[in-house]
Amino acid sequence: MPTQSEFAIQAKGLTKQFGKLIAVNHLDLDVPRAQIYGFLGPNGSGKSTTIRMLCGLLTPSDGSANVLGIDVPGDANILKPKIGYMTQKFSLYGDLTVHENLDFIADVYSFSRADKNSRIAELLAKYDLVDQKNQFAGTMSGGQKQRLALACAVLHRPELLLLDEPTSAVDPKSRRDFWARLFELADAGTTILVSTHYMDEAERCHRLAILDHGSKVADGPPAELQSSTGMSIVEVLADDPFAAQSAIETRPEIVSATQLGMRLRVLIPERFDKPLDIIRDALAKSGIEATAKLVPASLEDVFVAVTQKNTERSN
Amino acid sequence: MNALIKLFAVMRKELRQLRRDRITLFMIVGLPIGQIILFGYAINTDVRDLKSAVANEANTHLSRQFIAEMSETQVVEFTYSVETADDLERLLRSGKISIGVHIPPDFDRRVVDPRRAAAHLLVDGTDPTIVGIANQLAMMPVGFETTKLRPQRSLEVRPYYNPERRTAVNIVPGLIGIILTLTMILFTAVAIVRERERGNLELLINTPVSTSQLMVGKIVPYIAIGLVQVALIVGVGQLLFDVPLRGTMLELYIAAAFFISANLSLGLFISTVANTQFQAMQLTVFVLLPSILLSGFMFPFDGMPIAAQYIGEILPNTHFIRLTRGIMLRDASLIELGSELLVLAVFTVVAMTGAILRFSRRLD
Repeated sequence: MPTQSEFAIQAKGLTKQFGKLIAVNHLDLDVPRAQIYGFLGPNGSGKSTTIRMLCGLLTPSDGSANVLGIDVPGDANILKPKIGYMTQKFSLYGDLTVHENLDFIADVYSFSRADKNSRIAELLAKYDLVDQKNQFAGTMSGGQKQRLALACAVLHRPELLLLDEPTSAVDPKSRRDFWARLFELADAGTTILVSTHYMDEAERCHRLAILDHGSKVADGPPAELQSSTGMSIVEVLADDPFAAQSAIETRPEIVSATQLGMRLRVLIPERFDKPLDIIRDALAKSGIEATAKLVPASLEDVFVAVTQKNTERSN
Repeated sequence: MNALIKLFAVMRKELRQLRRDRITLFMIVGLPIGQIILFGYAINTDVRDLKSAVANEANTHLSRQFIAEMSETQVVEFTYSVETADDLERLLRSGKISIGVHIPPDFDRRVVDPRRAAAHLLVDGTDPTIVGIANQLAMMPVGFETTKLRPQRSLEVRPYYNPERRTAVNIVPGLIGIILTLTMILFTAVAIVRERERGNLELLINTPVSTSQLMVGKIVPYIAIGLVQVALIVGVGQLLFDVPLRGTMLELYIAAAFFISANLSLGLFISTVANTQFQAMQLTVFVLLPSILLSGFMFPFDGMPIAAQYIGEILPNTHFIRLTRGIMLRDASLIELGSELLVLAVFTVVAMTGAILRFSRRLD
């Protein structure tokens, strides 16, 4: 028996190369048990590839991982009964009913008849699918499909759930409900690794790894990441935000200036101690009417800050 | 002008996609070349080297000379030499020969007696082509130098199993094989590909289902479906075309189960090679055409060139047609046809193993 480590997943130098493309680049990971661990990153940042390596679907080109005490790459068959995996694309059978899908998955995990029936009834109730029980899975809404996929992924009570962008096809209300269910599962002791490109979802995670071009560029609890960006965040309110942006971007100190409606969010490294003066100076030179104030960093700012650094490093 | 640009845009897109679809590209070239070669070789009405046996009960100088002359025609190839007419019938029933030459003990006297046939040709009547060839063979002159120009037929042709020479009797047993080849291979050929296309496979390979459970689980339901199809074809054949079932339904079902398993396994193998359902269908057609042409369904197997016969021997349908004709028309027992069952079993094991080995439980 593998010893109960405090981490559900530990990866060292995990790398995956497809031809010339390095999809995942020497990734180190420590995912604590019974927590929700988020992978935040844009499309193509290596989130899916990492998840697939961790559940044994892809063989790492280099490095290794230990998932629930089992070595990866290694015998993925021992790992399979212990993990639940929700694919990015809906992967249940559209031409089977909700109940038939659950029944199939239960049989695949060798449930006894009695266990199976009670577990399916429990999941139908819990995931709000009782009314859809006899509906074909293919005809359901995005939110319903997602609840079914989660129900199937947790049916065998896995210790670890790997969720690959589970909420990309659902509305905000469904997303909120979905996260409530994830917290419930984590409270009951399940470790959850979830990938997303939504900032609000990332903010809910206990811990977060930000991925960019296959590399981990930041790692920690969301609040900690927000307080240690190394950037001053200046919010600029202008009548002509586009002109304001052009004016501000002439200054070499600026890391980024992003437009959000009538506002601009400007990132300036903390080593410049008077960020507001820099901005006001730039605006005044171009004769632009605008107000500027310092604000706390959001997760999006963290994201921009760390990915910017990563780009600078690789250039 | 604008319309033309759009038209060309669609054409260019189509060609680009086609260029990247390797199996379809192969089919564009491979299908016509492969099939024309198969057709060209298989369609050969000038049949030679039909497997034959002789029972020479006379064993005189004249009878031996007669057998040698028959051999020289190259129409028949004597692979067995037996004692009696009964032995010939046994060989016919088991499908080992198509023509048996029986020379009665009083052959020399019969030769000079215009009222009696000098010898008998025992012919497997399940294939009308072979009966036709036997009739030509029967015109062969026979006798001592002086009597050789006897005008009438010197040999008596005795077609077995299908004395009325009805085509349906020949076609229906073979048709079971053709229909099963098409449906069974197609069912499983798309089986894995469909799951991959719909995304089901990524979930499935992450569950504790083993590859062999997945593969065997996918083919067993279709064996039952195939057996229903067999019952349908045999039933309609009997009802409308009066095709006999001289053996038992059980024997036919056992033979069909072997054949269906072989086809389903081949389908699964195709499924692990093809990337899309369309490719899987093309590969099915690629197997189906030779199964019609080179299996002995359309042309007598012995009449085909050796190369075509080798290809034919690989196809499950060749062996199944021998089985169905044997069971339905000649009342041959499964023991007599055992070698055909063995080939189908080996084929199943090889194709299944190939499918399981090729099927990757990983995505890379």
